[in-house]
Amino acid sequence: MITPLASEPASTARPEGPGDPPPSGTSAASAPRRRSHLGRALEPLAFLSPTLILLAVLMVLPIVLVIGYAFMDNVVTNPDPEFVGPANLIEIATDPTFHIALRNTVVFTVVSVVAHMILGLTFAMLLNSKRVSVTSRAVLRAIYVMPWLFTVAVIAVLWRMLLAPSGVINYLLSTDVEWLADPRLALGTVTVINIWAGYPFFMVSLLAGLQGIPGDLYEAARVDGASPVQQFFHVTLPQLRQIIVSLLLLDMIWTSAQQFALIWMTTGGGPLSSTEMLSTYTYKLAFDDYEFGLASASAVLVLLVSMVLAFFYVRHEKARES
Amino acid sequence: MTAVATKAPTPKNPKYQQNPKNSARDIPARIFIWIGLLAGAGFAGLPVLWMLSSSFKSNREIFEFPPRLLTESFSFDAYLAILSDPSRLRFFINSYVVAICVTILTLVVAIHAAYAFSRFTFRMKHPLKLLIISVQAVPPITVLIPYFGIIVALKMYDTYPGLIFTYMLFTLPYAIIMMTSYMNSLPRELDEAVRVDGGSSMTALWRVLVPVSVPGIVSVGVYTFMIAWNEYLFALTLTSSESMRTVPIGLQLLMGQHSFQWNEIMAMSILGSIPVLALFLFFQRFFMSGLTSGAVKN
Repeated sequence: MITPLASEPASTARPEGPGDPPPSGTSAASAPRRRSHLGRALEPLAFLSPTLILLAVLMVLPIVLVIGYAFMDNVVTNPDPEFVGPANLIEIATDPTFHIALRNTVVFTVVSVVAHMILGLTFAMLLNSKRVSVTSRAVLRAIYVMPWLFTVAVIAVLWRMLLAPSGVINYLLSTDVEWLADPRLALGTVTVINIWAGYPFFMVSLLAGLQGIPGDLYEAARVDGASPVQQFFHVTLPQLRQIIVSLLLLDMIWTSAQQFALIWMTTGGGPLSSTEMLSTYTYKLAFDDYEFGLASASAVLVLLVSMVLAFFYVRHEKARES
Repeated sequence: MTAVATKAPTPKNPKYQQNPKNSARDIPARIFIWIGLLAGAGFAGLPVLWMLSSSFKSNREIFEFPPRLLTESFSFDAYLAILSDPSRLRFFINSYVVAICVTILTLVVAIHAAYAFSRFTFRMKHPLKLLIISVQAVPPITVLIPYFGIIVALKMYDTYPGLIFTYMLFTLPYAIIMMTSYMNSLPRELDEAVRVDGGSSMTALWRVLVPVSVPGIVSVGVYTFMIAWNEYLFALTLTSSESMRTVPIGLQLLMGQHSFQWNEIMAMSILGSIPVLALFLFFQRFFMSGLTSGAVKN
């Protein structure tokens, strides 16, 4: 597919040149008659070439490499890698700390995602209520969306201050608790922080979804004598079902993969591995212990989990489109 | 419940719907809703309010007992301490340079890619689209280990380009998907007219499609900027010198110092949040609808 017609492959082979347009267009303009069937077939690839080069070098190549590393010892820092077969994968899969990290990640993700959904839907419905004036709703909406506007690093330092032993949360609760340093509480605490940080995305999406539900559906339900609770279960939820499933899957993918910064800046995975996640576990293996082979094996397992989730997401989106 | 049920068959029902405040029976429902709304506002807003309040305190007052929102030593000293320190200002400059470059490059690359997906049919179209969608689901930690070696080999370790190209990996897939669906919503006759007149694809794209795509481009740009501004893991791993650190890492460095200057940490948090807050203020409408419907619909 990609051989003749000099101008096209040249543009495909060019390294990152997102600023300058692929030359295909200009050549076609100077000689519109000469544009062959093949030229037309290559033109879209020329437009895609910066994207494809970037993805190939910085995404596909690392994935191939990390899968390779997972089966090797002495990689990255050491000049003579050695093929060890599935030994790394077996060592990771039987490591008790990996099991703890896996369990923590599942608990953290599932609780976060469910709470995001419940809070997001509750707030969206409150904000959608016709009983509150438009101005109040706009002000409240801006307040509700706030946690979403702070970067994870800011969220981490803010909550470390709020949760400090002599901090304001202990004062309000009249307690004297080390929220982030007590192994029994740390996982719950970081989960609550993550819930606080993540529900606005659900809220905003569900609010848009609620506003898209045709009013006459509720009208019809009322005429049939449906109570508000019945309306919720028979009109609202079925109408939002598609969005909710999409959001749940998206959030699972994000939360399971992207919790690193929050954990790293609040507990670092401690105390006593009580908040160790797959990402912090992998990061420590690589950049604290320099066990790059083992870390790669762990990273590959993380990738597998994400790919399963992504598979369901893409399948769901396909089903929605048709 | 009964109120609605008995009211339902009456012809006045639509009026009830339009002007619910007139109904006396509605008051319990309104009180209930307001309790919920205020509880939510406290949950969402109080931590932020406390951050703001702490940034104006002296460090000694942050954990004073009992806590107060406003203290007599209210001042902007913490902000001045951040803004007058060149090494901390550098974090901000780095974040701005990286985020702005990422935004511009992502938009240019994504516009071309979206044009290909939207206006051409070619053999690899669907596999490539699927690839771009699935790339979004790759956990950053998975690529981090080999990535480190690749960036070093490309001589981009501890440089702006290293961070910029890295962030484009996370911004491009989303940007392409959003731009493609935006261009799909524009009539094909627009750009086909240019091509029928003998204009090139580039002319059709940049003279016709891009100018009418501005709303889509702005929303993608805002989101791209946010991702780049907020990124943490790769900024931590791909930079080493303090002069290359971005705001999130700078915050962590501030936390790492032996005596916590909480007021300065909070001031820096707020300064570091200003760009995103400003974007939110300007593009609120988009935040509330376009961004998410696009993200969810793909």
